[in-house]
Amino acid sequence: MGQYLLSVHWVAGEVREPMTDEEMQQSHKQLGILEEQMRSAGAWVFSGRLHEPDTATVVRVAEGEVVTTDGPFAESKEHLGGFYIIEAEDLDAALAWASKVTGAIKAPIEVRPFADTKA
Amino acid sequence: MRDRDATPKLDEVEVGRIFRQESGRSVAALIRVFGDIDLAEDAVQEAFAVALRKWPRDGPPPNPGGWITTTARNRALDRLRRESRGRQLLSEVAVLSPGDNDPVLPEEVGPVQDDRLRLIFTCCHPALSTEAQVALTLRLLGGLSTTEVARSFLVAEPTMAHRLVRAKRKIKAARIPYRVPQAHELPDRLRPVLAVVYLIYNAGQASPAEPGLRAEAIRLARILATLMPDEPEVAGLLALLLLTESRRASRLRPDGSLVLLGEQDRTQWDRALIEEGQAIIRRCLRRNQPGTYQLQAAINAVHADAATIEQTDWSQIVALYDHLLAVAPTPVVALNRAIAIGEVRGPAAALALVDELDLDNYHPFHATRADLLRRLGRNSEAAGAYQRAAELAPTDAERDFLKRRGRASR
Repeated sequence: MGQYLLSVHWVAGEVREPMTDEEMQQSHKQLGILEEQMRSAGAWVFSGRLHEPDTATVVRVAEGEVVTTDGPFAESKEHLGGFYIIEAEDLDAALAWASKVTGAIKAPIEVRPFADTKA
Repeated sequence: MRDRDATPKLDEVEVGRIFRQESGRSVAALIRVFGDIDLAEDAVQEAFAVALRKWPRDGPPPNPGGWITTTARNRALDRLRRESRGRQLLSEVAVLSPGDNDPVLPEEVGPVQDDRLRLIFTCCHPALSTEAQVALTLRLLGGLSTTEVARSFLVAEPTMAHRLVRAKRKIKAARIPYRVPQAHELPDRLRPVLAVVYLIYNAGQASPAEPGLRAEAIRLARILATLMPDEPEVAGLLALLLLTESRRASRLRPDGSLVLLGEQDRTQWDRALIEEGQAIIRRCLRRNQPGTYQLQAAINAVHADAATIEQTDWSQIVALYDHLLAVAPTPVVALNRAIAIGEVRGPAAALALVDELDLDNYHPFHATRADLLRRLGRNSEAAGAYQRAAELAPTDAERDFLKRRGRASR
């Protein structure tokens, strides 16, 4: 078994069909069911949805001082919208969960293994 | 008892040949036992070094494949016992084979699935790039050295070494599984496997200096066809490769330019390969699950039946292209279908179809247009199309050939 980060990527300003309220509800419902499936399969470790990147703050060390700045770390078009941490037998099992998540959210999901997870 | 003095002695080239033939099976078996690609590769490499010392002196063992696997396994065990990380891995491996201190080899377990099948599905996992899939397949299953793989794809050796290291690291870190996909996953997972084998063959066609790649692709296709006898597209790919290979002697002029199908010396076609390819394709088409490889093979099988270009059953070929275009609607397939239609309904009908295609950067598109225009007597347009084809041609020989055609059509 290994742990994987499934991160949900949004692209700012990308022309997407805006979801209707009904579609939004449908998507939320699907995600609810999916998360329930993850929990009962013992795959769910943690998940969360993030606020927009303009709510982010960065702290870093510069010349021995901790400096705090406004805004996301990387000024890029793509940003992390949310994530799941799951437990899976192998990459195929992780990709199967990721396929379900992308189907419900309609956004690309990056699947990345955690280093040094205990079996 | 074998008479030592009568045992044929081997030279290094022959040892290398046997090794390349057998190493894929050994690497695959060791990866399954130890769960570590690098360990398996290194151990088989060490077994090769032992063979280079022993075989030329003593002759090859009765079962070279079994000898390589056993020797490599023992080397791997020695190494693991020496290393503390290895001892830990060894205790994990031992769990997999209860009641035995040594990891069990597949031969001892009985008729399980061939490990090479697991290995090719791991090498061609869709989570890896196509370049990495090809490189891993040639390295691990084909037994080519990193230098040979690099040379085959005109890539600098450090670049290729890095590509292989990165791919193997990803397999390990992301836990790309080492197993044959289940039936419901198979269609999606088989596609990149077949594509990789076809790509290896085509790379061999493109660089005639590398005859090893074509042979390697055919060898891999034969292994796949043996291991997956119920997959018609696997048989289709093997038939396609055999039928394409049957024409190799007549495919190129001495200067390296391509000879069109209609102008090839058909007496040079390899009848044995044609018969084998045709028999395979007849068998798999009876299953009535046609796919792109089977249909391309079938088209080649029809060509192979004709003693001259005039005797070609073009209406049969058009029917096969109709089918192929339905399952693989690409402009290149549409171009080839148009050429076949030209043979049945004349160059004007073909040109009308060709002119609808968006293939402006594809030199065969312009060469086809040029040929059709010439047959329609539109000579200055034909010359222009030959010119455009020549500008896009990938090799000097091809360019010169198209220029000569262009001048002749003026």
